[in-house]
Amino acid sequence: MSPSVPIGDVRSLSSGTLINSTKKATKLIRNFTLKRDVHLADKIFFLGLLFTSFLTVILLASIGLFLYLASEKAIAASGWQIIFRSLWDPVRDVYGVLPVLYGTLVSSLLGVIFAVPLSLGIALFTNELAPKKLATIVGFLVELLAAIPSVVYGLWGIFVLVPLLRGSIQPFLIENLGFLPIFTGPAYGVGMFTSGLILALMITPTISSISREVFRAIPHSQREAALALGATRWEMMRLSVLKSAKAGVFGAIILGLGRALGETMAVTMVIGNRAEIVASLFAPAQTMASVIANEYTEATSEIHLSTLAFVGLLLFMVTFLVNSIAHLIISKITKKHTGTF
Amino acid sequence: MKLFSLILLSLCTQISFAATLINGAGATFPFPLYSKWFSEYQKINSEVQINYQSIGSGGGIRQFSDKTVDFGASDAPMTDEQMQKAGAPVVHIPTVLGAVVAVYNISGVQSGLKLTPEALSAIFLGEIKKWEDPRLTKLNPELKLTGDIIVVHRSDGSGTSAVFTDYLSKVSPAWKEKVGQGTAVNWPVGLGGKGNEGVAGLVKQTPGSIGYVEFVYAEFNNLSYANLKNKTGKFVTPSLASVTSAATASIKAMPEDFRISITNAEGPGAYPLSSFTYLLVWRDTPDAEKGGQLVKFLNWAIKDGQKLASELKYSPLPKSLVAKIEAKIKTLTFGKQKG
Repeated sequence: MSPSVPIGDVRSLSSGTLINSTKKATKLIRNFTLKRDVHLADKIFFLGLLFTSFLTVILLASIGLFLYLASEKAIAASGWQIIFRSLWDPVRDVYGVLPVLYGTLVSSLLGVIFAVPLSLGIALFTNELAPKKLATIVGFLVELLAAIPSVVYGLWGIFVLVPLLRGSIQPFLIENLGFLPIFTGPAYGVGMFTSGLILALMITPTISSISREVFRAIPHSQREAALALGATRWEMMRLSVLKSAKAGVFGAIILGLGRALGETMAVTMVIGNRAEIVASLFAPAQTMASVIANEYTEATSEIHLSTLAFVGLLLFMVTFLVNSIAHLIISKITKKHTGTF
Repeated sequence: MKLFSLILLSLCTQISFAATLINGAGATFPFPLYSKWFSEYQKINSEVQINYQSIGSGGGIRQFSDKTVDFGASDAPMTDEQMQKAGAPVVHIPTVLGAVVAVYNISGVQSGLKLTPEALSAIFLGEIKKWEDPRLTKLNPELKLTGDIIVVHRSDGSGTSAVFTDYLSKVSPAWKEKVGQGTAVNWPVGLGGKGNEGVAGLVKQTPGSIGYVEFVYAEFNNLSYANLKNKTGKFVTPSLASVTSAATASIKAMPEDFRISITNAEGPGAYPLSSFTYLLVWRDTPDAEKGGQLVKFLNWAIKDGQKLASELKYSPLPKSLVAKIEAKIKTLTFGKQKG
């Protein structure tokens, strides 16, 4: 009859069978509600928080379940080969989602590739080099980028970025780097490359502000130690800042990638909306989110609707997978890291 | 406090005025006109308030069939399959006419591009790839056409695409076989723009491009549009009159339920890319009060409402058709009171 629950109980939840741990969890909750907290308010508070945290789990599960049920007809009609087919023909009700899956992954990866150097540059500059006043201003402005609605990015893309790319940047790349298959074909302006650039802009605030927080958490003594050993500024950043911040920065990148995967409006406006797998980055493409946004309102056949739900399910699974892998990697890096200290 | 109670009082009176609330959903193309109609109509008849959500024709048909709204709206008539699924008899009421125009951006060519159905379908099939193709220069000897053709189409499912592909399927067997007709199709070539504004934006900026948008949209955005050769061999410029004349030419062939496609219509003055847009109502509206108000509104829309149409660049219904529609509206019942 101890008045408080030892923390060991919580730890032991992770070991043992599921039933065992469920029993333990129930006991834990009972202990908490009945014995530990004498005041009614405490109990209500505990139960309230418990409810909110369970609610998210229930929501997540029910979204997944809903998407699965809605996409059952599409799966029944074409089987799982729907993932590997690349034809998208609403007139004949034949669908394959490979091109949109490819479009989502490639445009998001492009976004991350463009955004990472930019974001890390911003984070390093504002945290390590810039005078405090300037750093505050730059940091504020970058975070302001996150507040711009995605349709505004899309419009900016159509009216500023696309003409610029079509008029000068893409012809230049085609002329000078045209021997690479990714820089071939006509310069449309819209396409995979453009959507990668827009996505990079959109995820830069996320990556840079989180990285900055991570850098800030690194003790000053580490930097001083590096400088005392005769490191240059860059060496100091590389050795004592970037190395220690690896896990955090990786987490920031994954958060950015997560946003890029699901981004709909801005991408739809500049990607050219063509469900085709082409090597050239200047060719139009299509993403999972944009095909749903494009076709859901006017889809009338059941298979079409169901296929769009299936695309949603796939997008859900891809983001889930990416985030899980990220968590795994982060926990590994962190473990290795804490081992060295 | 006084002010507050005054506001509350006025709110209450407003609510009691709007005795009947009718909800509708569907096509985006006629939305500007419909919203004007509903607000104007409420000024005349304050007993009724009509809400309309422009969620797209497909969504309109779905919500109407599920009976979550009182009436639907669609650019293309419902298919037999859809009507069967609806579970009760559906009546199509044509409200106005719209047209789709082929818009282009060729430097130095402000207007006057002529296209035949064969040329248009070959461009959208990707068979004609350059403006200097003899099939195009022969039609337009006075224009200087050069450069690559960039095709732009709608990326979202839309009634506009349905009308456009319906026309191409009628005039080109190759199109019918390879692509077909629908609100969204598997386009052989080209870039996709979202919405009329997306296509217009791409065409406006891309030299050498050709796309298609609603006529209203091309007019208000100063886009150049092509003259199309119609069934009788005449090149017709899209206009309110040439669209209405496509409908007039089709009246003879008009079926009892008004479900007709008037693309590629007969008649020398008919613009071939024209189409009706419909309101969908039940032959018997379950709620008697709503049904009664809806019938009153429909009668107003096909007569007085037509005057507002041309102001907003929609083509009014031909006079001879209005009488037919009026007779149709008389057959509508509500709450099974009349039969």
